[in-house]
Parts: sequence; structure tokens; C-alpha cells
Amino acid sequence: MTASGVTGRRRAAHPLARLLVRRLGAMVLLLLGISLVTFVLTSLVPGDPARAALGPVQGEDEAAVAAWNSRNGLDKPIPVRYLVYLSNLLRGDLGVSQQTGTPVLDDLIAYIPATAELAIISVLLASLIGVGLGVAAALRRDTLLDQVLRVVSLGGVSVPVFWLGLIVLYLGFFVFDLFPGGGRIDPLAIPPAEITHLYTLDALFAGDLAATGAALHHLALPAAVLAAYNIGYIARFTRTAVLEVINHDYVRAAHAKGLPARTVVRRYVLRAALPSMIQILGFAFAGVLTGAVLIEAIFSWPGIGGYAYRAAVSLDLPAITGVTMFVAVVYISVNFVIDVLYGVIDPRIRAG
Amino acid sequence: MSTPPGTAPGTVPLRPFWRRRPPARWRGGGRLDGRTRALWRRPMAVISITVILVWLLAAALAPVLPGPGPLAQDAGRFEAPSGTHWFGTDELGRDVFSRVLYGARTSLPLAVMLVALSLVAGTVLGALAGYFRGWVDSVLMRLCDLLFAFPGIVLAMVVTAVLGPSVTNAMLALVIISWPWYARIVRGLVISIGDAEYVSARRLLGVSARRTLVEDVLPNIAGPVLVLATLDLGGAILLLSGLSFLGLGAQPPAAEWGLMVSSGTQYFQFWWVSTFPGLAIFSVVLAFNCLGDTLRDVFDPQTSFTRAPSAGAGGTAPDKTGGSAVTP
Amino acid sequence: MLTVAGLTVAVPTPNGPANVVRGVDLEVRAGEVFGVAGESGSGKTMTFLALLGLLPAGSRVTGEAVFDGRDLLALSPAERRRVRGRDIAMVFQDPMTSLHPMLTVGAQLTDHVRAHLAMGRREAREHAAALLADVRIPDPHGALRSYPHQFSGGMRQRIAIAVALACRPKLIIADEPTTALDVTVQAGLLRLLDELRLQQGLTIVLITHDLGVMSALAQRVSVFHEGRIVETGTRQQVLCEPRHPYTAGLLAALPPA
Repeated sequence: MTASGVTGRRRAAHPLARLLVRRLGAMVLLLLGISLVTFVLTSLVPGDPARAALGPVQGEDEAAVAAWNSRNGLDKPIPVRYLVYLSNLLRGDLGVSQQTGTPVLDDLIAYIPATAELAIISVLLASLIGVGLGVAAALRRDTLLDQVLRVVSLGGVSVPVFWLGLIVLYLGFFVFDLFPGGGRIDPLAIPPAEITHLYTLDALFAGDLAATGAALHHLALPAAVLAAYNIGYIARFTRTAVLEVINHDYVRAAHAKGLPARTVVRRYVLRAALPSMIQILGFAFAGVLTGAVLIEAIFSWPGIGGYAYRAAVSLDLPAITGVTMFVAVVYISVNFVIDVLYGVIDPRIRAG
Repeated sequence: MSTPPGTAPGTVPLRPFWRRRPPARWRGGGRLDGRTRALWRRPMAVISITVILVWLLAAALAPVLPGPGPLAQDAGRFEAPSGTHWFGTDELGRDVFSRVLYGARTSLPLAVMLVALSLVAGTVLGALAGYFRGWVDSVLMRLCDLLFAFPGIVLAMVVTAVLGPSVTNAMLALVIISWPWYARIVRGLVISIGDAEYVSARRLLGVSARRTLVEDVLPNIAGPVLVLATLDLGGAILLLSGLSFLGLGAQPPAAEWGLMVSSGTQYFQFWWVSTFPGLAIFSVVLAFNCLGDTLRDVFDPQTSFTRAPSAGAGGTAPDKTGGSAVTP
Repeated sequence: MLTVAGLTVAVPTPNGPANVVRGVDLEVRAGEVFGVAGESGSGKTMTFLALLGLLPAGSRVTGEAVFDGRDLLALSPAERRRVRGRDIAMVFQDPMTSLHPMLTVGAQLTDHVRAHLAMGRREAREHAAALLADVRIPDPHGALRSYPHQFSGGMRQRIAIAVALACRPKLIIADEPTTALDVTVQAGLLRLLDELRLQQGLTIVLITHDLGVMSALAQRVSVFHEGRIVETGTRQQVLCEPRHPYTAGLLAALPPA
């Protein structure tokens, strides 16, 4: 069969659209599944929510318990309760945080930008360093450099982030005083006019380079700590991905064409390893978001990680569930984008 | 990919099963043979095994070693490391060195238990899915997909918060998020080994499917699954200490590493309170990860990457076994 | 045009270096098709990969290989890179794997042309389209924008030949160029190779274990066995009156025609 380029290209748009629809469908199903899991965990597992909510005195009053149950729909059959739960979710009602007394959704919205900024910077940092180290290790396979990088990357995935955060803060702030002790910006400084709610970008838009620098200065330590795990992880993964393609015939063929070694690596090896490396990004984001739960409190970073930490410590179930759902949704969305990117990058998927 | 020699097309092994060649990928897995000896020639493996042994010894001998014990408050508060208190003392005047030693008695057995439970649950469910296929397979695999959609430690947070914070509940919560990894890999292996020609040949000779599962398939799965479990132990320790750090695992006054680091966050200037328990976590997790990495290299150079354990960052990793079919 | 003397090759393996070529002498004359026969593992491919410097890292090569008055083995890696693709090109066995799956045919046809001959983008594209026409690919301009997976195996091998021809090399090393193809496609491809040789005055080294392919094309033949050449001669000599028992064995192993 010979496909002429023209018809081949025209046919290409269609399978990509199909891929999109299929992935969207899967995504909706996953979201439903997630709501089912959180429903089971938060609505069915706890033994007696009414008595827990009403406290020991009122909890003895049968009438008060019954009234609370009917007010919260707990006297209805379970499927109905799930539908109610689901419709609440769709309207953005994630419950009220016991800790702050405000709706969980409002809390999340207030805390998301700080975490988003941290996560994006950290993933960028980790991807750049991790891919570089991974490619270097693969190209110098079984040499001393490869061994050293192996231990470094295994170290990255072995270090407890919450501990690393403490150590880095102790050294960087307390001992050497090179970095601020926490927060997004100096407590006395006026935050830049809010456009994206990402301080670095907002300050840039405002043309305030000093504020951009300050925001980056505050970001440096937490972003680096969050990147540690991903650097190790991405480096190991990249090394494997590169080794998988480096022995392929087409790489040898590229060398046989007399292309410079650097061109072969850039154009042929990395291009082929790109799809599997893109996939890793989803996991990098998941790692950063959950790492944020462990370290934001240490760096007094006003994000959802610190919110989740305080919720966990005070057993604030609606808040914990809200964060979980948010993280799961972000994670699924990132993976959706990655799947689509994958389809764009690999022509064989595009053409079916 | 070239066909592994054990399953080359056209070769039908007619040997009795006790002399059959397992698929090339895992030949020798789990047996004492050349590969196990090769392990001893790798310095990284020797060092990590030594570190692990030292920690196991510390866990076993902690009660009989001289020292004030993990709960004795018989020294001043926040004494810096010295000859009497090697790692200093904490906010209640307890000896940090003793507490770190005792911490091994919590973290190591719990991590082993967590991995063992996930392994058993995952292997049973994965083998069922791979053996019956059909709707059993679909249901189980969709359930796995669903659990994969939650980044590790976050779902465990909800489960522990619902069940009530304690080390046992933390472990159970982590089993819930860990078993799908084993299930998916075991399922893949059961399917691929079940389709291998030497198994088909035995089936053609009239051996029942159930018997081939027990005699041919499961023994060949043991190797890869055990390597995966070793790799996972480090991650298990990280996750458990992470939950304790969040206050959802061990409760004071227990000597648990994550909890000890957490108490150190409040006494920032007394660095020794959290530094040493953190180093303990780091050293033992690194040792398990190095050992697992070397094991994978020695036993299966092809798949030099399956799944890095979900670590303190709580990230979960893709596994190549279930990976995309279009990777060139 | 190519004279190899005393070539030995050792490649690293997990169990230490393996001597895959143990003293090979051969001479390829300008304009001929030189056949190289032997079973897999006999060192025939390694010999030519060694000349081009394409062996795995850590391999050891000794001997000399004079091509156009220069010893290929004495060249620096950079000089040897400039020989590869421009003076000596290679066609690999499996066209399914020797073309990059994610780069367009046009990109793969032009990148080394632009590197070696300093051609502009537009000029290189026209050149590439002409090459595709030379190897009888229909709609060459459309094909430039297509990806390898959109072509059949036979078409892909034609594209691989076009890649090899792109810088007008003097010598083409074709390593089992038809082994991965259907028998029906093989004949057409072999005919194409021979026509191109005549048109462009190419010299071809044809590496194959298929004595049928060999007898169709090669003028002179060397038979490899365990890293050495056991017999060299014209096609008639080697295939009809083999002097070495190994060659006789090879011929006897052919299915009766």
C-alpha cells in the first residue's frame, strides 16, 4: 500500500479527534469513579456521623439525631444519597471545612494559585535537570558517570521530602541566611496586582523586576526540594527510555548517514524517546502535588498542601476529601492532556 | 523485539515440567544460580545488603543494647549530641539515639507487612484476572485504574482520617493504594506466561488449565514479583513515615521516624531532633532502592525500569509492563 | 577501490570480548557487485560495520582498509563520519526498523544531504523528490511529507535505498537488503539495485545468506565462516565448483530448485 502524502494528511485529523473523544469519555467515567470512592469513604464508612456532628450532649437526643439525619439526607436509601452527593459535587459543594468554617471549595480556590506556581516551577526544574542527567547516563552507559548518576537519582527518590525540606530550610535560612524563611513574598511587601495569581508572572506583567526576583527567591527552596524526587525519577526513566531507542536500527542508520553524533542524539534518539518521556510528566505532577502536602507547611507556603496538612492534623474530613478530589482531578486532567500530546507527537497514533 | 530463545517459534519443549526452561526473561529468577553470585560482585548490592542487615540487627537488639530506652526522660531537654547522648536529646529529654534505634522496630516490620499484604492481595486478584479474563478481568482492572487515579499518599490520608489515625490503619490505607500495582503486573505475567508455547504444549498434552497455572505460571511469576517487592520496601517505609509525619500514623509518644521528624519541625534550631531520624529513613530507603535496582539489573536487564516505589513525595510511577503498545 | 587486509574485530560481550572477525582480506573492484555470503554470526556484517566505525562502543579493530587511497581505519572519528553517507552508504536489513518512525521521509532524506553537501532547504527537497522518483516511489512530493509507517515494506526499502543514494556515494553496502521482504517484492528490488548501479556507476557490496539472491546479482563472491573468508572467486567458481567444504555444505543445504 502506498499512501500518498496528501490523502494521508487529510485522513490524519479524524483519528486524533476519535482519540480525544475516547479519552474524554474515559475521563468522565474516572471522575464518576472517584466521586464513588470518596462517597463510600466519607459517607458510608464513618459509623455515626450524626452523633459525631452533634457532640455528646445533643447526640443522646433521639429526635435531634433523626432531625440531623433527615436534614442531611441520611435517612434516604444509599443510591439516592449518592445522587444527592453527586449533584452537590457538580454544584461545587464540597462541604464545609471544620477547621476554617468556610466552604471547602472557597478554601481550595484561595490556595490553588500558590501551589500551582510552586508545582509548575518545580516540574520544569525537575524535567530540565532530570532529562539532562538521564541522557548523560544513557550515553555513557556503564561508565563511572553512569554509576554516580545512578546513586544520585536513587538518592533523589529515596530521600523523605519532609525531612529534606527541614534540612534545606535549616541550612539555607537559619545557618547561612541565604534564603527567606518561608512564604511567597516578604511579609511587608505589597503583592503584585493580581492577574494570574502567580506572583512571578504578575510581577513580570507589572514590570516589577525586583518583585519577580523576590518571588523567585521565595520559590527557590521549596521548588528545589519538591524537584529532588522528580529529578531522580525522571533521570532514571529517561536513561531507560534513551537506552531503549539507542540500539534501534534507525539510530545506527542515522550514524551510517554520517550525521554528527549530537544531531543523531537530538533528532533521532530524543525524538523517539519523547513520547515515553512525556508520559512521565503526569507522574511528576502527581509527585509534586502530594509532596506539597508534606512540605508546604514547613515553608509556610500558602497553598493547598499546607491546607491539607492542617486538615490532616486536625482530622478535618471534608477538607481532606476536597483536596484529594482536587488532586485526583488535576492528575486525571494532566494525564488527559498528555495522552492527547502523545497522539500529536507520535504520527503512528495520529494516522490510526 | 526479538523472540526470547525460550519461546522461539517452532520449538515445542517436550521436556517434563521439572526440567522445562522458564521464559528467557526470568530464567533463573528466584534460584541460587549464577545471577545470585553476580549480585555479590556488585559493590552497590553488597553495601545496601550490609546497611539493611545493620538496621535489622538494630531493630532486633534495640531492647538489649545499653542506653536509656526510647521513653526515658532522664536527661535535660535539647542537649546537643555528645559522648553520652550521641544524637542529643529531644524536647522531653529523651535520648534521640535510642529512639532512632527503636524506630527501626516500628518502620521495618510495618513496611514488610505492608508489602506482604499488598503482594498477597495483588497476586491473588491479578492471577484471578489473568486466569479468568472476561468480566472478572475488566472489573478488577477498572478498579485498579480508579485507584491509580489517586496519587498515593493523598488517598491514604482520607482512609486514615476516616478509620482514625494509628500505625495499623495507616498501613491498611497504604495496602489499599498499593495492591493494584501488584495486581496489574501479575495479571500481565499470568497472561503472557499462560500464552507461552511451553504452557500451550502442556495444555495440548491434556494437563488442566488450573494445573498449568499452579505448576508453570505461578512459579515463574515469583521472581519478578519478589524483585518488585524489594523495590517497594523502600517506598513503603517512605509512605508510612510520611503518614506519621502528617500525624495520621504513629501517635506520640511512640518512637517512629516520621513522627520524630515532625516534632523537630517545631524546634527548628535544635537540628539534631529531626536530622537523625530523617537520616535513618534516608539510609534504609536508599539501601532498599539500590538493592532493588541491582536485583532488577541482574535478573532482568530488559526491563530496567518497572516501577519506582511511591516515595515520600507520594508520586506513583508508570510501569513499563502495562505500558503503551506503540513505544517503538 | 576498497582493499581490506588483516582485519580483526573484537566486540565486548558480558562474558568478555568476542573475536567476531579473525583476519579478513578482501578486495572490492570499482563498478562491481561484490557478494558476501555466510551464515548469521559469521562476521560478514561486523566486517563492514567496522570499516564505517559503526561498531558498539568498546570494540577493538585492527588491520587496514584502504578506500580511494585512504586507510579508513586510520581516519579520525570526525573524518570517518564525513566518509559515511557521502562516500560509502549503507542499506540495512529491515526497512521496518531502519527508518525513524516519527520523522517524515523528507526529513530523513535531506538531513544528511544538507550536512554533507551544504545544500539549502529548498534545493535539498527537490533533490530528495528526484531521488524518490529514481527509486520509483509514486508521488514523490507527497511521499516527502509522509511517515514511514504509511508505506509497505518494499516501498520502505526503496526509500532506504534513496537515503543511501542521496549524497551520490561511490560504494553502497547492502546488508541483507531483501531478507525482510516478501519473495515477490525481492526480485523487483534487486533489479532496481542493479539498474541504479549501472546508471550511476555504483559499486555494491551485497551481504546476504541467500545464495539465490547472490547468484542473481553478484559478480564475485566471498564466503565467510567463523570470522574468516574461506573462499573467494567469481560467482561461477564459488557457486558451481566450490573448493572449500564449507561452501559445498552451504550449497548442499539449499532446497532443490
